[in-house]
Amino acid sequence: MSTSADETLIRASRRDVLKAGAALTIAFWLPQRGAVAAEAPTSAVLEPNAFVRIGDDDTVTVISKHVEMGQGSYTGLATLIAEELDADWKQVSVEGAPADAKLYNNLSFGPMQGTGGSSSLSNSFDQLRSAGATARALLVSAAAQRWSVPANEIAITAGVVSHSKSNRTARFGELVGDAVKLPVPTDAKPKDPANYTLIGKNLTRVDSRAKSTGTATFTQDIQLPGMLTALVLHPPRFGAKVKSFDASKAQAIKGVKTVVAFETPVRAGIAVLATDFWTARKARDLVTVQWDESKAFRSGSAELLARYRELAAKPGASAKRVGDADAALVSAAQVVEATYEFPYLAHASMEPLNCVVRVGAQECEIWNGDQFQTPDQLAVAKLLGIPPAAVKINMLYAGGSFGRRANPQSDYVVEAVAIAKAANVREPVKMVWTREEDMRAGYYRPLYVHTLKAGLDKDGRLIAWQHRIAGQSILSGSPFAAPGPIDPTSVEGASTLPYQIPNLSVELHTTHNPVPVQWWRSVGSTHTAFSTECFLDEIARLTHKDPYALRRELLADKHPRHRAVLDLVAEKSGWRNPRSQDQIWGLALHESFNSVVAQVAQLQRTSDGLKLTKVICAVDCGLAVNPNIVAMQMESGIGYGLGAALSGAITIRDGQVEQGNFDDYPVLRINQMPAIEVHIVPASGKPTGVGEPGTPVIAPALANALALANGKPVRTLPLSSQAITLA
Amino acid sequence: MITLDINGKKLETDADPDTPLLWVLRDRLGMTGSKYGCGKALCGACTVHIDGSATRSCVLPVSAVAGMKITTIESVADSAAGKAVQEAWIAENVPQCGYCQSGQIMSATALLSTNKQPTDADIDVAMAGNICRCATYVRIRAAIKRAAQSLA
Repeated sequence: MSTSADETLIRASRRDVLKAGAALTIAFWLPQRGAVAAEAPTSAVLEPNAFVRIGDDDTVTVISKHVEMGQGSYTGLATLIAEELDADWKQVSVEGAPADAKLYNNLSFGPMQGTGGSSSLSNSFDQLRSAGATARALLVSAAAQRWSVPANEIAITAGVVSHSKSNRTARFGELVGDAVKLPVPTDAKPKDPANYTLIGKNLTRVDSRAKSTGTATFTQDIQLPGMLTALVLHPPRFGAKVKSFDASKAQAIKGVKTVVAFETPVRAGIAVLATDFWTARKARDLVTVQWDESKAFRSGSAELLARYRELAAKPGASAKRVGDADAALVSAAQVVEATYEFPYLAHASMEPLNCVVRVGAQECEIWNGDQFQTPDQLAVAKLLGIPPAAVKINMLYAGGSFGRRANPQSDYVVEAVAIAKAANVREPVKMVWTREEDMRAGYYRPLYVHTLKAGLDKDGRLIAWQHRIAGQSILSGSPFAAPGPIDPTSVEGASTLPYQIPNLSVELHTTHNPVPVQWWRSVGSTHTAFSTECFLDEIARLTHKDPYALRRELLADKHPRHRAVLDLVAEKSGWRNPRSQDQIWGLALHESFNSVVAQVAQLQRTSDGLKLTKVICAVDCGLAVNPNIVAMQMESGIGYGLGAALSGAITIRDGQVEQGNFDDYPVLRINQMPAIEVHIVPASGKPTGVGEPGTPVIAPALANALALANGKPVRTLPLSSQAITLA
Repeated sequence: MITLDINGKKLETDADPDTPLLWVLRDRLGMTGSKYGCGKALCGACTVHIDGSATRSCVLPVSAVAGMKITTIESVADSAAGKAVQEAWIAENVPQCGYCQSGQIMSATALLSTNKQPTDADIDVAMAGNICRCATYVRIRAAIKRAAQSLA
């Protein structure tokens, strides 16, 4: 198995920089299908639907409507097709689908193509199994016809079609020529799950080899004939515009093509277009800009926090109401209150944002690890005044995203097109943000303040729960905005609290400021899991209850998946066994993207301080199509969430972002990574999300352990802002 | 013109002497396996070997490495350690998004070239300069140990 992305490179020598005869070459990207068609126009290809192609060379190519940005979507989607085809995993490769909302929409998003919400496998599960079953039926019919035997006597095993009675076999490729002549069946039924041979197995990822040999192609790697590289200067404050600029020194540098001002609906700036990155980078640093900051944001994180604290103390718009929390708090024997604070967070994917575009007279071609094809097509079409279908997107790997490449305003894609348009060049343009642009251009997980109040009766039972959240809306002003005063992504996880509390109120204050905000791996759960699960532990400590027992009690007889996950993590960690005083454990439980995750964070007191030695994770993600990838995603989510909990914070002072790179925005490194055990609740049916649900649980699990260890609750993230460090 | 010794081949470049090696590799020689991640030697995505040592190429002026032996991800498999590391990476399914993994593999190969049986602490020291935002660190540790075993 391999991906065909690396096969889309052709090699052409660039002798101008090489000694004559040197063997090194420069790689140019060419669209694969065009190249294949030109070379072998007569080869037969069975293409019964938009998701699978079988070549007469025996290759099975799965067309992925979802981007591969690390979560294993290419492998998972290919597994569904390969399973129904009974293909040999070694003959399967994957290529990214073109942008086409009719053929490739995300069934959980409606009429748009895009990847997100941990939905790649779940929305494709029935669709791709049917696609695979259809292709299989054609191969079976072709074999039945050729051998004059009944179709129901034909078997397929690991890519070999066989009729045992007559002892005949054929490879897929041998049947393709006949199969293409048959009508495509509309009633092919997917397998009985009892007969799965690939689903549920730990198949090797289709992208492992390319990504271990440096041959996987990311947007950053695209080279096209005549291509220019654009480096940008963004304003120092959100909302500023370009007043004037002087590029005379930059223009004088050899290799610089042009320097232009650009403006998009979300951002203004200057772009330097040159033959290559370093030339553009040096020239960019010689450009001086006068910014118009008359409408720029001049406030900061400290001011926002102060205002949000006041808001979170007052009633807000109702997001969820059960019983009468206000009255129950008045009548309660005891009231507990806590305020939790969360900073802005940057996604900080390894591949800084970039996009390659070629703007033609009536069309536009894009090369990108594109997470939001349909919105990107529409936004680019609007900017250029061309039909959306004239915007072609070539799908590449994305070097991480964590939500950032699914921008509701298509900010970075539109910026690349706006630069090419402003420069009025027909050559392809590769816009590259430096790490500093990537970190300072906004679209952060919003800053939030939560205030929670709980009422306990005289026996210490939880009778009231009031949860007030203040912060910006991610969806407001975007095409995805919900009607009414509640952005569901601001309250999810809080409004869906699984615990049975007779009086509950979740309220929201949506704030407005020009700092651009966006979903960040697990969206609302990034903050609601922390405040709810840490507050619950505060109540457990106050009432001298075991955190596991309290959760079990409050789940009552509802939420069997939560109970099973909680029980599994308790069993596997040995929660109920006695442990030494130096072993201090914290527990958290949370549902997101229809999956339930519980984690036990195990702190050990050492001579160097507290060390997070291990995390035990239990997950119910429905059917685990590839258990190893589920484990990888839990590990990844834990690491991503842990890094943010330890030290993740974008802070703004006088309108300026104070961080710019990995020195002042520290992310998790290998020496901070605990050992991780992942346990999957056995489940049948359909898969649910795994890309995000591991993320939000680690911070509260760790904070709950720290509260026990330090005798003081953690209510503000990141831990570094509270001078809490781990060994 | 600066003469470079890259992956066993002598190459000339007319790049400005202050151009970081990373951009000579990527933009002038078309060797895009080494990645740009931070531009400040903070993330390790650009790691190559200079005379066998893991080195961040994003801040290394090309003029400083003239005549030195440069190895990149494109030919690291020519060494037994590099080959073992790549195969271990695949066997352990280390890469997720994959963008940092060339750099991780270069650092891991340099480690195994000098330390045949690295401990967890040795791995932490050698690999702490390489960031992975997908946090594949658990599997990086396992893959380094697997590679060490296969070389023993």
